[in-house]
Amino acid sequence: MAEESILTDDFIRQLINVGEVDLLVGLPTHNNAKTAGPVIQAIQAGILKCFPRERTAILNVDGGSRDGTPEVVTGASINDLRRAYNTHALRTLPSISTRYASSPSSETSLHTILSAAELLRAKACAVISPESLNIEPEWMARLLRPVYQDNADFVAPIYRRHKFEGVLVSNVVYPMTRALYGQKIREPYASEFGFSGRFGSRFLTQHVWRHEPGQFGTELEMTLNAITGGYTVSQSFLGMKSRSEHHPDDLVAAMRQTVGVLFSSLETKFTSWSASNGSKPVSTIGPEYEMTLDPVRVNRRRLKQMFSGGVAELEPILRSILSQSTLSALQQIAALDEENCRYPAELWARTVYEFAASHHKSVMSRDHIVQAFVPLYRGRMFTFLVENRNASAEEIENSIEALCREFERSKPYLLEVWNGGK
Amino acid sequence: MVESEATMRELIVGELSQAAQEIARGFAHMLPRLIVMLVIAFVGWVIAYLVKWIFRSILRLVKFDKLSEHAGASQFLNQAALPSPTELVSRFVFWVAWLGFIMLGVSVLGIGGLQQHISRFFLFVPRLFVTLFIIFFGLLLASFFSRAALLAAVNANLPSPRLLSISIRTISIIFVVSMAFEELGLAEETMLLAFGIAFGAAMLGFAIAFGMGGRDLARQFLEKRLVHEKKGEKEEEPSPL
Repeated sequence: MAEESILTDDFIRQLINVGEVDLLVGLPTHNNAKTAGPVIQAIQAGILKCFPRERTAILNVDGGSRDGTPEVVTGASINDLRRAYNTHALRTLPSISTRYASSPSSETSLHTILSAAELLRAKACAVISPESLNIEPEWMARLLRPVYQDNADFVAPIYRRHKFEGVLVSNVVYPMTRALYGQKIREPYASEFGFSGRFGSRFLTQHVWRHEPGQFGTELEMTLNAITGGYTVSQSFLGMKSRSEHHPDDLVAAMRQTVGVLFSSLETKFTSWSASNGSKPVSTIGPEYEMTLDPVRVNRRRLKQMFSGGVAELEPILRSILSQSTLSALQQIAALDEENCRYPAELWARTVYEFAASHHKSVMSRDHIVQAFVPLYRGRMFTFLVENRNASAEEIENSIEALCREFERSKPYLLEVWNGGK
Repeated sequence: MVESEATMRELIVGELSQAAQEIARGFAHMLPRLIVMLVIAFVGWVIAYLVKWIFRSILRLVKFDKLSEHAGASQFLNQAALPSPTELVSRFVFWVAWLGFIMLGVSVLGIGGLQQHISRFFLFVPRLFVTLFIIFFGLLLASFFSRAALLAAVNANLPSPRLLSISIRTISIIFVVSMAFEELGLAEETMLLAFGIAFGAAMLGFAIAFGMGGRDLARQFLEKRLVHEKKGEKEEEPSPL
């Protein structure tokens, strides 16, 4: 049973008015009035077009917007869409909104969506980011149909990305998730995803909901729970990923949401990851990857300088986290000039695993361990950018595949450092 | 003449025998108390040893050495060729406990002037423990804040992150030491004044260094924080997610 305490009386009243639904689309927002309009229209269009017979509701959970976002969502009319798509839905499409807190938290917003989904007995749910400007009506079918019709429990997205976008995902989150949990999920930390009511209810009871302000990264935990819980996981190609979502200044925050969550999950899921070997593909609708190759101006010198400076300045901290051999190797490559500096895949995998083990052993504040990882990630990013400057999509894909295999090959090393010394 | 000599001898002998008797009486009076004192000291030694053993076990269980390493205390002890923090604290507890029992034993002897000093010692022990607590957790916090500053400065690409980190550590340690002295009641005013001067000087130094020496840096920093750059003027950094 859902924890009613998270749902306000007024919100429960709204949900009761909606009644049971087949599909639920969650839209977590915070000051997204500019983008929420087109996104909600695309969601409505997708539902009208692909699920005209199903009982569907759109649920906006707002983290204290001050720009009228909830009004934009609830005020979106479907009459124009009906004319545009020449569709006549057999049912109404209610949009309801609730404010869960005065500041955003992906954990609380997801908790609210899951609780509402359970109360409405939704069979399939999708969560959509309000910043996804490239959303197309077909996204609804791609996220909901595998759950609603094909009995999948969790649908992760695949995006078309620029070759240098999402380096943290392609160089840490994807290879590490794949090596540890044995499933090739390209976007384990997704802002759009679909899930079954069954899995949603299970996650609702399994997850420890902390409700601390500014808590992010629960989406990644949900993906990991779907894998380790033995649920049917699939992937759907959505299209171009919107670039306005994550500002580069948020690298430390992004690291906490991804690497921090991934490292923490290793504690609770030790029996799952320590027993699995290799990796297997996941059922995928559409292409497994697509990249755009437009030239972009990237300040590689600054990346290299921040990597070298970080390794030198953080030496006392890194000494507590890394083994002597890894630290020496890092210091050697950090001392090289821009032309020769390369952070090889083998050393990168070893670094990530040693950080994970140190996080487990709490050699210092865990948040400090995650922060100390940032300059090293910049070093790896520099290498990735330099090595793939003129690479084609296939060559980049091969390079990511080689990195993933290196993470899989080095997995025994993680087990070794997990329980043993550095 | 002879008679007076005999009287004198008798008087001396009488006085001597009285003195001897008093010594013997005093000794007889003191001996049981001395034995009680020795028994208290011995029992105290056994209890202090047990307390030391229990303390050492608890400290090992809570990984006190690791905590001290994070606080920077282990590094200091290593440099001074002192034993591990767990061993040092255990030994300290042993000596405080045993000294307490010895003092208790001495008080049984009933030596007038000592009583006041002994009660003062017992009043001082809790303050000593509070001081040690302040120093330990103060060092731990100083280490935490200096590391947090170092990481934040490195990740924000600020110049001289180590200098910033060391400055924060130094100021924190000065603050902790002044608090410890205040708790002990030693040179309170001097320490307060010294802290005020050191802290004020450090702040003034930073302000002058930042304002004069780093005018350009300050401008860059403020521009970065307060003036929103046009997106087109900035080199793109790929999104990590």
